[in-house]
Amino acid sequence: MTEKQHIMIKGVKEGLLFLLDDQCEFEVLLAELQYKLEKTHQQLLTGPLVHIHVKLGSRAATDEQKEQLAAIIRSQGNLMIASMESAPPSVDSDQKSVNNLQVVTSIIRSGQTLEHDGDLLLIGDVNPGGTLLCSGDIYVLGALRGMAHAGVAGRQDVVIAASLMRPTQLRIADVVSRPPEEWMLGDAAMEFAYLEDGQMQIDKLSQLFRIRHNPIMFKGV
Amino acid sequence: MGEAIVVTSGKGGVGKTTTSANIGTALALLGKKVCLVDTDIGLRNLDVVMGLENRIIYDLVDVAEGRCRLGQALVKDKRFDELYMLPAAQTKDKDAVKPEQVRNMIVELKQDHDYVIIDCPAGIEHGFRNAIAGADRAIVVTTPENAAVRDADRVIGLLEGEKIPSKLVINRIRQSMVKSGEMLDIDEICQVLAVDLLGIVPDDEKVISAANSGEPTVMNPASRAAIAYRNIARRILGDMVPLMLLDEKAGAFKRFRKFLGIG
Repeated sequence: MTEKQHIMIKGVKEGLLFLLDDQCEFEVLLAELQYKLEKTHQQLLTGPLVHIHVKLGSRAATDEQKEQLAAIIRSQGNLMIASMESAPPSVDSDQKSVNNLQVVTSIIRSGQTLEHDGDLLLIGDVNPGGTLLCSGDIYVLGALRGMAHAGVAGRQDVVIAASLMRPTQLRIADVVSRPPEEWMLGDAAMEFAYLEDGQMQIDKLSQLFRIRHNPIMFKGV
Repeated sequence: MGEAIVVTSGKGGVGKTTTSANIGTALALLGKKVCLVDTDIGLRNLDVVMGLENRIIYDLVDVAEGRCRLGQALVKDKRFDELYMLPAAQTKDKDAVKPEQVRNMIVELKQDHDYVIIDCPAGIEHGFRNAIAGADRAIVVTTPENAAVRDADRVIGLLEGEKIPSKLVINRIRQSMVKSGEMLDIDEICQVLAVDLLGIVPDDEKVISAANSGEPTVMNPASRAAIAYRNIARRILGDMVPLMLLDEKAGAFKRFRKFLGIG
């Protein structure tokens, strides 16, 4: 059999848990499942009725593929499928948001709107009257003088960062803030806005790691 | 083949018509063949500023509807042989002509003029669409006020959408107010709008009296605004002209002292 196991079988209280790898080819999975059931795990097949829970990980399996898996399992008389689940990939939101970062080089002028689903890196200015709408984070490499709304779909953990923070209005999820009245702007340092207990807060960009700490991967020696 | 330049601003009252009249006249003064086109149908006043109101026979709408040829509607200036004006109709509305009709007229005018200066109405609706239809480039006029800068920004965005490159003229600058911080300064405006600056025009009372007498300011070299408009015209022709010094009190002696480093 292959060096790497793509299927893990665990015994749980309700029966057996089949954990299927979500990165490999689907055909590899089918072959391995067949092999395991028929050759290596014969002891499973003798005995009383067993409930099987299949977990597909973040694999986006079609109904047809699920049916293929179910057919192999069912072909062994005493195995009964109780559930088959695949976790939506968005569970891994950090991973996703990084993948969905869009870089836009433009100047958003009065009357113009830039919408994006995911995180946005804008290289250029947002002028007064211009609008940024984004379901994730907003990073502006330039002056933010217009309106920026991060987390339009309701995410509260997003931030709005800008090289020059001079917005007419900031919104995160459903919290609206008018800068000059609600918080004083610092000097011309890079800043970001975030939500803390439902209140808009602003801080120097160098402090972003305090609320958004990603482990650093050391590579090389 | 000439070049069509639209003068626009979005906001009303910032000096589009004055700028059109003066740039057009200044270009004629520099020996170019120029045609001014007023697209502000229903509220024309380029003819008033130029002092040509009583010479109008046909207008832009007459040309569009085929009541006359384009050449018949052109009004020749009283000061220059090479300066013409196509007046707008006063009795109709903006939607009396279509952008394609204006574009055709501009193309025809470009055949035998070096520059076609189009005076755009305020706003960004039908009249604006008409005015920019045939333009090769744009001059966006703004004043050092927040509202005018906002509108200029909007207009620059719309022009970018139509692939028309724009340059900026900042009109009616009062240096004393800029210095005291009551008025936006030039750098600030340029930073926000992020387009090339074509020129700055100081606030000058002579502009108002000149417009009332139907004589463009550029004709009076004693006026600072006149010099500013002449500089703009020279920059349109491709000359490198430094920006005007706005410090009114900087006399020759003071500048000399500054040059020596003891000012």
